[in-house]
Amino acid sequence: MSSHFSAINQELARQLAWSRREFLRTGAAMALGSTLLHNPVALAGIPIKKRKVVVITFGGGARDQETFAPEGQENIPHLMKELIPQSTFFTQVVNRGILGHYVATASLATGVYETINNFASLPPEHPTVFEYFRKDLKRPSTDAWVVAPSNGFNRIGESNNRAYGPGLGASVILPKHLLTAAMSGRATDYEHLLRDNYETPLYAPDLGGNEFQLQQLQMMLKLSVDDFKAHALTLSSPDELSVYIARRLMRQLAPSLLWITMHDIDIAHAGAYSLYIDGIRRTDRLCAEMWKAIQSEPEYAGNTTLFILPDFGRDSDDDSGGNGFQHHRTGDALSRTTWMMALGPGIREGVVYDRPMQSTDLVPTLGSILGFSPSLAQGKPIAELL
Amino acid sequence: MLPRDLRPEQLSGYPPEARKLVTNYIAALQRLPLSFLPSLLRESIEYDYKFPVERKALERELANLNSLSVEQLQEWLQGFAEIHLSAALENFDWINAPAQFVEQLSSYLWTTHQLDAFRTAAVAYADRLRAAAPPEPPSAPRLGITVVGQGVTSYDQPLFRKLRAHGAYYSHVNPENGLRVLLDAVAARARAHPTPYAHWYIDGGKEVEHDTALTTVSYAALEPARAALLGKMRAEIDRPGMGPEALRTRLAQLRPADLAFSNGDEVLDRFRIKMLTEGSGTQIFSTTFAQWTAREALRRAQPLTLLVRFAARQRQKPMNELLAATLEATELDPVGSLVDADIAAYYNWLNQQRLPGANQSSFLVWFEGNTQALVIGPGVPRGTSSTSATTLSQLLSTLA
Repeated sequence: MSSHFSAINQELARQLAWSRREFLRTGAAMALGSTLLHNPVALAGIPIKKRKVVVITFGGGARDQETFAPEGQENIPHLMKELIPQSTFFTQVVNRGILGHYVATASLATGVYETINNFASLPPEHPTVFEYFRKDLKRPSTDAWVVAPSNGFNRIGESNNRAYGPGLGASVILPKHLLTAAMSGRATDYEHLLRDNYETPLYAPDLGGNEFQLQQLQMMLKLSVDDFKAHALTLSSPDELSVYIARRLMRQLAPSLLWITMHDIDIAHAGAYSLYIDGIRRTDRLCAEMWKAIQSEPEYAGNTTLFILPDFGRDSDDDSGGNGFQHHRTGDALSRTTWMMALGPGIREGVVYDRPMQSTDLVPTLGSILGFSPSLAQGKPIAELL
Repeated sequence: MLPRDLRPEQLSGYPPEARKLVTNYIAALQRLPLSFLPSLLRESIEYDYKFPVERKALERELANLNSLSVEQLQEWLQGFAEIHLSAALENFDWINAPAQFVEQLSSYLWTTHQLDAFRTAAVAYADRLRAAAPPEPPSAPRLGITVVGQGVTSYDQPLFRKLRAHGAYYSHVNPENGLRVLLDAVAARARAHPTPYAHWYIDGGKEVEHDTALTTVSYAALEPARAALLGKMRAEIDRPGMGPEALRTRLAQLRPADLAFSNGDEVLDRFRIKMLTEGSGTQIFSTTFAQWTAREALRRAQPLTLLVRFAARQRQKPMNELLAATLEATELDPVGSLVDADIAAYYNWLNQQRLPGANQSSFLVWFEGNTQALVIGPGVPRGTSSTSATTLSQLLSTLA
């Protein structure tokens, strides 16, 4: 029975890849990997010290049927019509680690399947991409940044590895945490917004680590607390706030390695399907905004590679152990399998690859692009992007 | 401590019926691997408060384990025996706190990359158990009814998209007295097949007048308990050192009396409270509550009849409104709730089809107060649609 179950999982994964490829070919006019449409700007022509990478991850996977499947494409018009045709798209990115958002994002950032407590304020155990980048290339702290939701991600910037660790990681901005500080003293009822963690509602770990402090808004982002608060009042979601801060960072500091983790989609844990769909649509729009920002910022235009990927999927409707879209607890093939797109100079446009790859392959790939050696990462560089 | 050390006197904390059940099978339980036994004890310790169908299933499972030879048991549970556990888990009080053990085991399996092996073992065991001790077929064909869209007067997006391939869609249904027609049909089935907990009415809002033979759960009736629970959750969260695991454990330990909630039926009261303490989002959104309650009712009580009526949930305020913090009354989101309920109807059908007798089961979903409905059943053509005028009574008659 064991092999039978395994075969079912493999068959499901194969069908998943096939169906995704077909969706993309029909919906976004993508070519298979054999049709090589080179981006006219080759990455090799850009000096390493000029190269930049922006990584956008979704904490809260989105399933095929709500995204790339025919019935889901209406939810991702920007990805389908604007970004995918310019991208190399990988249909089968498998996460073999723990399916919790913090630990999975830590795994993406280290290239190793981390096993830290998903709900504790702990650093990754293996060196992060930021540490490799800064140590190998002798980059200052202003050159690597993380913008993340507040629930535990404050330690994502650097590991506790003895050869790397403190002082070598990324600076971390937690926009919701900043908002908490900015709003302090006001008798308001936004506690829910600021403390929410969709995986464990109403819980947030104590903060620690190298998180960005409120006074640095003014110093580094040239943004007053009042302006920050005023702008926050015009935004509808925490992810919009994250993108606002990310764009501010790009404008003021132009970091070479910028990592943004979005989280709105994970409202799915509350079980309201319409809110999950709203989260997908918002994320779709924000990804397109980030790509436009990259193209419009002089420091980034023409020398930046953008990666977009969910950290993992969500449970299948067919697994009786789960509750469909609501969670990612079963560990089934759908919850472990997701996708990734890459855009930028030297990246082939409109190409889809459906060979299986692992989410731990991201860090070695970033190492090849930016010129550092992630010696302790377990994944392999993605040949199709190099 | 390992299963072989399990003794009857260690079960003193179990409710009386559960203690008796486990004591009767203690020799069989002593032979089980530690990666398996606490899951069984987690079910057994709740025996006194389980629905009749659950009790029978548990009794069947224990009797089957008891009947297996040493060699057969090794073969059945080999996958579980190969799971490596930590000393901390071995030393855990899994006899008196099996649910907490299972929670910690789950975390340990993820951390040690043994989750897939455990899943494989669990699926293999379930398949064997189903073959050796098949579940009883229902005493009558099941009927599921889902009512969506309360408070929405018009909606121009297509409904029931995930269900249409499985049944017949009707666009000209007379909505007059529709809810009463459906509740009367459910009541008639309850009278025709008078079995405890076999006929349910779940309402995501305030329940309407209904036959007392129905097992009823409604969001409105649980409002005081929900408010008390949210108060306890806030208090727990503010305690130093509180984390999500500890919070979940505390919530799982809550009993109806802790929330000043009692209707004289301990089995049903516990079920109702579990919907709030164990569900995710059920404390906040009525649509989530109704969907999760339907799922759990189907999984646990395996009803012959289930009517689920969705109501409008509270509107999720966008960030700027939360920051503005205006003191407005709770607003409702009828259209968002209709979208929630539409997918929930699909899940209700899926969950019904997981039960014995699925090939004879029927399902009806209706857009309340409107003209759209869909039926699925053994004699209903799949993937069809009709614009002919009809009534809910006529649709129900096609499922009889």
